[in-house]
Amino acid sequence: MKVDLTVNGTNITADVEDRMLLVHFLRDVADLTATNVGCDTTSCGACTVLLDGESVKSCTVLAAQASGHEVTTLEGLATNGEMHPVQRGFHNEHGLQCGFCTPGMVMAIVSLLKENPHPTEEQVRNGLEGNLCRCTGYHNIVRAALAAAEAPAEVSA
Amino acid sequence: ADLVTVDYDPLPVVLGPTAAVADETLLFPAAGTNIAIANPVPTDNAPFDACEVVVEQDIVNQRVACLPMEGRASAVSFENGKLTVWASSQNAQVSRFILAGALGMAPEQIRVVVPDVGGGFGAKIGIDRDTITLAWAARKTGRALGWAETRSENLVAMTQGRAQLQRIKIGGSRDGRILAYRIDVIQDAGAYQRVGGLLPFLTCLMAPGVYDIPDVQAGFRQAVTNTTPIGAYRGAGRPEATAAIERSVDLFAAEIGMDPAEVRRRNFIAPDKFPFQTKTGAMYDTGRYADALDKALAAAGYDQLREEQRRRRASGDPRQLGIGVSSYVEITAPDPDAGETAKIEVTDDGSATVYTGSSAHGQGHHTAWAMLVQDELGIPMDRITVIHGDTDLIPVGVGTYGSRSLQLGGSAVHKATVEVKDEARRHAAEMLEAAEADVVLDTGSGLWQVRGDPDTALSWAQVAGHTSGGSLIADVNFVQERPTFPFGTHVSVVEVDTETGQTKMVRHVAVDDAGIVMNPVLTEGQRHGGIAQGAAQALLEEVLYDADGNPLTSTLADYAAISAPDLPSFELADSETPTDLNPLGVKGIGEAGTIGATPAIQNAVIDAVAHLGVRHIDMPTTPQRVWTAINEAQKASHQ
Repeated sequence: MKVDLTVNGTNITADVEDRMLLVHFLRDVADLTATNVGCDTTSCGACTVLLDGESVKSCTVLAAQASGHEVTTLEGLATNGEMHPVQRGFHNEHGLQCGFCTPGMVMAIVSLLKENPHPTEEQVRNGLEGNLCRCTGYHNIVRAALAAAEAPAEVSA
Repeated sequence: ADLVTVDYDPLPVVLGPTAAVADETLLFPAAGTNIAIANPVPTDNAPFDACEVVVEQDIVNQRVACLPMEGRASAVSFENGKLTVWASSQNAQVSRFILAGALGMAPEQIRVVVPDVGGGFGAKIGIDRDTITLAWAARKTGRALGWAETRSENLVAMTQGRAQLQRIKIGGSRDGRILAYRIDVIQDAGAYQRVGGLLPFLTCLMAPGVYDIPDVQAGFRQAVTNTTPIGAYRGAGRPEATAAIERSVDLFAAEIGMDPAEVRRRNFIAPDKFPFQTKTGAMYDTGRYADALDKALAAAGYDQLREEQRRRRASGDPRQLGIGVSSYVEITAPDPDAGETAKIEVTDDGSATVYTGSSAHGQGHHTAWAMLVQDELGIPMDRITVIHGDTDLIPVGVGTYGSRSLQLGGSAVHKATVEVKDEARRHAAEMLEAAEADVVLDTGSGLWQVRGDPDTALSWAQVAGHTSGGSLIADVNFVQERPTFPFGTHVSVVEVDTETGQTKMVRHVAVDDAGIVMNPVLTEGQRHGGIAQGAAQALLEEVLYDADGNPLTSTLADYAAISAPDLPSFELADSETPTDLNPLGVKGIGEAGTIGATPAIQNAVIDAVAHLGVRHIDMPTTPQRVWTAINEAQKASHQ
């Protein structure tokens, strides 16, 4: 079937299988490979992207469902080469090690901070329940989120 | 095909260590036993007979999934007789060696590239059968092939960790002196032995931990079962050793009614006894165990915590406080004679390239190695490129496991910088027409000068340009004489809801001493991740099978992987006791977390409900297990 998505501000039209998942569309059709697949049960959150500004797990959304909508992936987060405050938070706080969960974590935190711009540590932790990391013990990811929340507001998404 | 009906007669399965060694069902009948390798425990009861107090316990160190967020994945091409394999591995060179053997090819015909790897934790040491098959198929068909496993494949096919039954016996005097310790390990190997007897061997080697125990008896049997093979998982045999001895010390402390921290203090190997030869054959290099304990207790506010615990016990608060202590020593770079390689090339544009045989998959080698070069040569980090994981560029190397990277790979980089500097000094002396002894490098500016004459200044670009090839190169292998033995103490504070059995980690304090800390941020990152994996094993995670041997935890919806709300932020205190076994004075830090944290958290959970009559709860200390333990203890006390 024909789908028509706006990904990181660019319009992409393609003929895809009806059952194609958004994550596979992003990786294999749009050639944007920051978004990772880490499980097959919507548990790990490595594939988290923004759909019309809200975080979704792109392994549980069909490309067809995203047709006519705007998708933001990690690749689309920086503006004019300036890292997004959440990206800067990860950089400054050593919020990643192997990096596999990072794109999904960053997008989940962008969405979380949009809903709750000044969360407590507990709120950050609860908000990240659907995103797994095996390297950092979440310690510096939580710090990255809290640092991003304290960053100047005008640059956040 | 409709005419054919298939009937399957299920064969009996062998699950778990106890069934495996019972040998009632044999998986390899020709072998006559399921036991693949054994080093039986010597059973001398005399030392225990002489003790005032003896405690025995069977302890399950359960099977867990390694669970790197990236599963196994590889791509292969075969062109002009050369096989190129891109693999998610912890070591390119070992992978090439395995591939060459499996495919009957010369190593030179194979190039293995290990790009960014999404976590390993031991399960990506070398290369698995799946990738070997892929490589075989690519060579056979001449086509480029790729493969990535799904998570549900990963959770049954990637090697798993731990899986020991430990029968312990500990004896001592009522004044808190431990006099004898025995551990009999039954290691579940899974369906096939993947790392030989390595894991239970390391468990036995590290059996007595930080304690000076006059009599130690350690042995193991390793047996095959109808389950996923067991391999290395963050700590690989050492967390199992620490879990056993630290649980045993708590059982002993409870039996004599002494504070568990005090029992530990009374039995530590004294700091003036190092290097210390243990009864199980390890040679500990350096250690200040009481200092680490004192520091951890002070950071945790141990006395106040015990006071708060007393208050809650007295008031019958349904949310009881548990305080768990674990003092550990571990072995890092257990294969120091295998060494590690480094090559450094400084070129006439003033930049440096480091080729390392070690292999990064999140640890931050690129940062650490560049720091080492900058510190020694004064070349700024942004002019330094670190390359790893390509056998065409780095044919000889060992890779990353066993907390060996910094002490072996980092020391190799250091050694290479010293050699590059020596060669550069010869050239600079010639260029400056000065004696070599008078030529010095200012590592702040990266300039070569004649001592006391700042007007003479040569850049690295100029010195490298003076060589015939336009570059200065050192290619080294660093070998360490013996392994190193980091140590520390973790204190865990948990709240257990006695009505539901639910545990909440409240605080976790860690003192980890791995020698000199080169980069605090990277070091802390390793400790954080290890603590979380320790908490995961202590509280949540377990690979399960049903009675017929079907895996029950083959998706992340079923396997209880630890997530952010399960954990507090961690409190880390620093401690640095250098080793003299390498020029950097460093030991390994990668596995301290699982080794130190796991027993501290398990001990904390049991401590929270000890006053209710609970003596031991196996890991994972799930709400169901804790609730059941409380209720059984209460029933027993009413009989």
